[in-house]
Amino acid sequence: MSRLIDKTFWGYTIGLIALIALNFVLEDWMRNIGLQSMARGIVAIGLLVLWRTGLISFGHALFFGFGAYTVAMMQIIGINDIVLLAIAGTATAGVLAFFLGLLLKQYRAIFFALLNLAFSMILYGVLAKLESLGSTDGIGIEQTTFLGFAPEGESYQITLFIFAALFAYIAAVAAHWYLKSTLGMMTMAVRENEIRVEYLGYSAERAIHVKYVISGLLAGMGGVLMALTIGHVDPDSMVYWPVSGDFVFITILSGTGNVGATFIGALVYELLRTYAFEYAPEIWQLILGGSLLIIIMFLPDGLWSIHAEWIKRRALRRADAEPQAAE
Amino acid sequence: MDFQLLLVILVDGLVYSSYLFMVAVGLTVIFGVQKVLNVTHGSFFAFGAYLAAYLIGIWYENGLPDFGGFVIIFLSAAFLGVVLGVIIERGLLKYLYGRDEHIVVLATFAAFLVLEDVIILIWGTSPYLAFQPMAMLDISVIGGLVFDNYNLSMIGVSFVIAFVLWYGLNRTRYGKKLLAVIYDREISEAMGINVTAVFLSTFMIGTFLGALGGAYLAPTISVQPGIGVEVVVLAFAVVVIGGMGSIPGALIGAIIVGISRAAAVHMLPAVELFVIYAIMALVLCIRPEGLFTPIKARKI
Repeated sequence: MSRLIDKTFWGYTIGLIALIALNFVLEDWMRNIGLQSMARGIVAIGLLVLWRTGLISFGHALFFGFGAYTVAMMQIIGINDIVLLAIAGTATAGVLAFFLGLLLKQYRAIFFALLNLAFSMILYGVLAKLESLGSTDGIGIEQTTFLGFAPEGESYQITLFIFAALFAYIAAVAAHWYLKSTLGMMTMAVRENEIRVEYLGYSAERAIHVKYVISGLLAGMGGVLMALTIGHVDPDSMVYWPVSGDFVFITILSGTGNVGATFIGALVYELLRTYAFEYAPEIWQLILGGSLLIIIMFLPDGLWSIHAEWIKRRALRRADAEPQAAE
Repeated sequence: MDFQLLLVILVDGLVYSSYLFMVAVGLTVIFGVQKVLNVTHGSFFAFGAYLAAYLIGIWYENGLPDFGGFVIIFLSAAFLGVVLGVIIERGLLKYLYGRDEHIVVLATFAAFLVLEDVIILIWGTSPYLAFQPMAMLDISVIGGLVFDNYNLSMIGVSFVIAFVLWYGLNRTRYGKKLLAVIYDREISEAMGINVTAVFLSTFMIGTFLGALGGAYLAPTISVQPGIGVEVVVLAFAVVVIGGMGSIPGALIGAIIVGISRAAAVHMLPAVELFVIYAIMALVLCIRPEGLFTPIKARKI
């Protein structure tokens, strides 16, 4: 068991405690940014798991939107507790991912990405026409309860933030442990040489299927959090294709180095977006797109590669210093 | 089913198909040669629509002769093909050939975001209307139904584009070079073909076609921010259905999507958007390389 309790695990735990402590001093708008970053970060973890196998989905807004709309539907039938909502949203997205995965596991590269896009656009087309869920106007999300506890005003936001941080923590730790397991290590093997994986006696398709379901589950959870944070779901902001583009953006921004980095990536994205929108509403997309281009050009392995580079340089410096010390 | 409904579906479908073809053919040309799935194509479309609408507005305000509207449409598309084509190909894609294809798509997505705002910076957020060329061509009555001649002219323009592209590829020296580059980039470079020039010129043609789609459509719509966003996924759907990189594929994909959307609009409006992407998903499931692509060598 101690194999699981490693430095990264402690890093996440400290991060969680810091977040919860910080929560009580944050301003409302900062908390909102934090909540949205966590929601998008959780989705990006799923995409990271997929990307490690060399696959990118241009349609994960499908599961994101599914999770978000599950919240709306649960509230319509009168179930409204965050734990139940999270379980329902995650599970329905996971079931959907399981069935789509049966098909999608056979596809690679651009076909995989585009098939995902097609499925997400189908959901968009359905939701945009579905009167009972508000069609293009969407539908409002009521305040939820937290295990029966129903805070009001600012304490609602605080409680929501704590729960969101807990969910993000669970998602990050679970994904980290998964990626360290044999099945998780398989991701990179599939990316490097799928045929060899098959010859070693493991089904690459099954590995991809499992990862697809995981990414679906996580995207559903992110959708639940986003719905509760914004208090409104509509097809354009939850399921349309640029939403999927944003998730891929965050994944590339973060790099595949570390699961926790996705939250940093999501936070950077959210800050970029918020500030660009605040100070330059005319050109916020320009700023966002420009930053993405800079990342692709100059930091191809994402933000986490700065950290990796730093560690490498430190090791090099040490190696340089040692012979001198011996003399 | 009565005759009028069938007719209206057929004509609306063909008009919509030709619009889709105009947009998708540029995307497929670029994909066929450069293997780049170009999201900025949506911006080319939007730029074309804006520039044409803006210039047409000025033209008619000054009371200049009517046919000028069509000249403007073609000239603005050609202008954008050269300017935007060079900027995107030389300024961005040049650095990305050989990188992971997902990264290239994402880079064009980033450029798309940038261009969306450049459009707003140039033309502002208020909509532009350029209905004059459409009003000029009047209407015609077919089988008791009224159709805009301008819309019908789109069908003709699409066929002209398809023919010119076919001719250019199969009957000219440039087309031979292009095919050589598509089959094997390295060998053709070794044989003395300037691949850089071929890439740039193809990209400019693709850009021109995207901008032409927008410019030609501009008189029929209200040109406003965000028009490129929908177009690009629609074009993706068409290109995927017909086979990525195949020009006949784009034509047939456009006809399939156009007719089925028109049928949905007139018979079952609830599935209007759904049906396009359902076909796309179905085609990808059964024949991921597209309906009309020969499985081995890629042609455009």
